[in-house]
Amino acid sequence: MTAPSRPRVVIVDDHGLFRSGVRSELGDQVEVVGEADDVQPAIAVIGEHLPDVVLLDVHLPGGGGQLVVTALKAVHPEVRFLALSASDAPEDVIAVIRAGARGYVTKTISGTDLVDAVRRVAAGDAVFSPRLAGFVLDAFAALPPADDRVPSFDPELDQLTTREREVLRLIARGYTYKEIARELTISIRTVETHVSSVLRKLQLSTRHQLTRWAAERRLI
Amino acid sequence: MQKSTGPAPRPPAGAGTPAGPGDPGGGRTPGDHTGPWPRRRDRWRLRPRRPGQSACESKTSGPLRRIPEDGLLGGVAAGLAARTGLDLTLVRLALVLLGLVTFGYAVVAYVLFWLVVPVAGTDSSIAARVKEDRRGIALAVGLGSMLVAVLVLVGAIGGTWVGTLGWPLIISVVGLVLIWRNSPDSEQATMQHLVEPVLGLTWGGRRGVVTRLSVAGVLLIAGVSILAAVHETISVLWPLIGAALVIAAVAVVLGPWWLGIARDLVAERRARIRAEERADMAARVHDSVLQTLAMIQRRADQPQQVIQLARAQERELRAWLFDGRAPGSLDDMTLAAGVRQIQQEVEAQHGVSVEAVTVGDCELDDDLSALLAAAREATVNAAKWSGVGVVSLFAEVEPASVSVYVRDRGKGFDPAAVPGDRKGLAESIRARMARRGGSATVRSTPGQGTEVSLTMPRRAGERQPSRT
Repeated sequence: MTAPSRPRVVIVDDHGLFRSGVRSELGDQVEVVGEADDVQPAIAVIGEHLPDVVLLDVHLPGGGGQLVVTALKAVHPEVRFLALSASDAPEDVIAVIRAGARGYVTKTISGTDLVDAVRRVAAGDAVFSPRLAGFVLDAFAALPPADDRVPSFDPELDQLTTREREVLRLIARGYTYKEIARELTISIRTVETHVSSVLRKLQLSTRHQLTRWAAERRLI
Repeated sequence: MQKSTGPAPRPPAGAGTPAGPGDPGGGRTPGDHTGPWPRRRDRWRLRPRRPGQSACESKTSGPLRRIPEDGLLGGVAAGLAARTGLDLTLVRLALVLLGLVTFGYAVVAYVLFWLVVPVAGTDSSIAARVKEDRRGIALAVGLGSMLVAVLVLVGAIGGTWVGTLGWPLIISVVGLVLIWRNSPDSEQATMQHLVEPVLGLTWGGRRGVVTRLSVAGVLLIAGVSILAAVHETISVLWPLIGAALVIAAVAVVLGPWWLGIARDLVAERRARIRAEERADMAARVHDSVLQTLAMIQRRADQPQQVIQLARAQERELRAWLFDGRAPGSLDDMTLAAGVRQIQQEVEAQHGVSVEAVTVGDCELDDDLSALLAAAREATVNAAKWSGVGVVSLFAEVEPASVSVYVRDRGKGFDPAAVPGDRKGLAESIRARMARRGGSATVRSTPGQGTEVSLTMPRRAGERQPSRT
C-alpha cells in the first residue's frame, strides 16, 4: 500500500487543452508517462506503460470511461483509475466507479488537491469528492427494510455503517480527510479505511435498492 | 369540574386570559382534582432535585423568593418549602387543604404571593411591572367588573354559596390576568401549558363546538332546575328581573368601556402580526434589493453589468409588488431544484464556484422555502466575505428534518464581533429559521473558515422517503 514518491500517471481526456492543463498543474509532483484522447488509444497506452494511476475522463467520444476500466481490469488489475468529470450526472460517475475506478473528483479541483488525490489512489485508497459522497448517501439512503424483498447474498455489503455515513456526510459538506479526522477525533488512516470500505460496498453490493436507484438514473 | 363554578362566569375566551375556571380553582373543590391530578403527580416525580438539595430540603435564609422552575404554577410553594425547610410535597398538600378550609381565599393569597414575591435571584416582582402596564390594569378591572356583575345576578337568583366561592375566584382571575400579561416568557409558557387542555377543548373546531354546546346545555338544565327548586312559583322570579335590570344598567354604563378593552386586545394582536410581517419583508428586501445595490456599488466601473443587475432587480421587484411573487421565490420546486437555483444564482452573481450536493429530495413548503432562503443568504455571505473561490453547499433530506450546511475555507470571523447593523446573519438567517421552528448555528474560526448549519423539522404527516 506504500505510494511511490512520484506516481506514474496517464491522462485520458478528449480535450487536448485540458490534458496539457492538468499536466502543468500536476507539475513535477507526478510523472506523466502518457496521454490518450479516446477509449481504444487509452487501452493501448495504458497497456504499454502500466502506470500507477490513470486520470480518466468519464465522457469519451468512443463511449464512457467505464469501458476503459472494464477492458483493463482483468488484464492489469494493478493499474488504478481516478475518474475526472465536468458533468455531475450521477449515472456516469456511479457507472465508472462500479466498473472499478478508485475515486472521483470534479474537474474544478485545484492542482494541489489533484496531486493529493493521485497519491491517495496510487497508495490504494479511495478518493471521494463531495458530489460522489452525496450520490453514495443517496444510493444507500435508508429505506424501511420491508422495501427490500430480494434476499441479498451478503447483507454486510448492502448498508453503510453509522460511522461511514458520518464520514460521507462530512465529505459532502466539503471537509478534507484531515478535517474529518479532527471532527470525529479519529486518525486520518481510519478515515481512509472508512472511505475504502464504502467504495468496496459501492462496487460489490448487489443491493436491490442500489440497483433500482441506478436503473432510475439509466445506468447498468 | 364546572359543578361549583358553573353559574359563575367564564372569562371571554377571546380575552386570551389563562383564567379557565379549573385553573385557579385547582385547590378548591375536590372535583377539580380529577383532571390535572395524575399529571401533576408525574411532574413531582420527574422533577430532578436541584443540586445541593437533599430529600429533606435544606433551609435557605433571606427574603422569600419564588422558584418557578421547581413549581407547578408560580413556584410559590417551592419558595415556601425552600424558605422553611419543609418538604415541597408537604407544603403543597398544606396549601390545598388551606384552600378548601378557607373557601378559596388561600388561592387568593397564592395569587398575591405570585404577584409580589420576586423570582429567586432577582429583586423585581411581577407587581412592579404591573404598575407600568396600564392596558393590563384596564383589562383586569374590566374583566373583574364584568364578573362582579354576573356574581350579583347569580346572588340575586339565590345561590348564596356562589357568593362565598365567587369572590375569591374573581380576585384570583384578576390577579392571574395581571400575572399573565407581565410575567416573563418562561412563566407564560408554563401557564399556557397548564391551560391548553381546557382552551383546546373550547376553541378547537367542530369538537370544540360540540363540547361547548353540551356544556352550555348541562349548565342551562342545572340552572333551570335550581330555579325551579328554590322558587316554586314564577312570581318569586321578580328579584331575578330586578337583578337583570341592575346588570343592564351597569352594562349601559360600562359596556362601551368593555368593548373598548376587547377592541384593544384585537388591535394588539394585529399589531404583533404586522410586526412579524414587517420583519419578514425586511429580510426579503435585504436579501434582494440591498444585496443588488451593494453589488452595483462594487461594479460601478462595469456599466454593462450594472444595467443587467438593475434590470434583473427591477423585474424581481415588480413581480413581488404587483404579482405577489416573493423575490427568490421557489414556486413549484423541489428542494434539490431550489439548491441548484441557489448554486447557479450565486455563481453567476458573485463569481465563485459553489459545490452543491443534495441527498434525497422533497416538495417545498413554506418552512423549507424559508430554509432555502436562509441557505441562500449564508451562501451569498460566504461568497462575499470569505475571500476564497469555493463554497460548499450540502443539503440532506431526512424523514424528520432537512439540513443544509454552507461551508467555506476562507478567512472566518468572530460571530460575537459582527456589527449590529449587519442584518444578514441575525435577521435573514437566525430569525428566519427561528420563526419557522428551525435552528441555525454558525461555526467560524478566524483563518480557517466558516460553516453555517441549518436544520428545519419537516411537518408531521408529510413524510416522504428520500428518493432512491
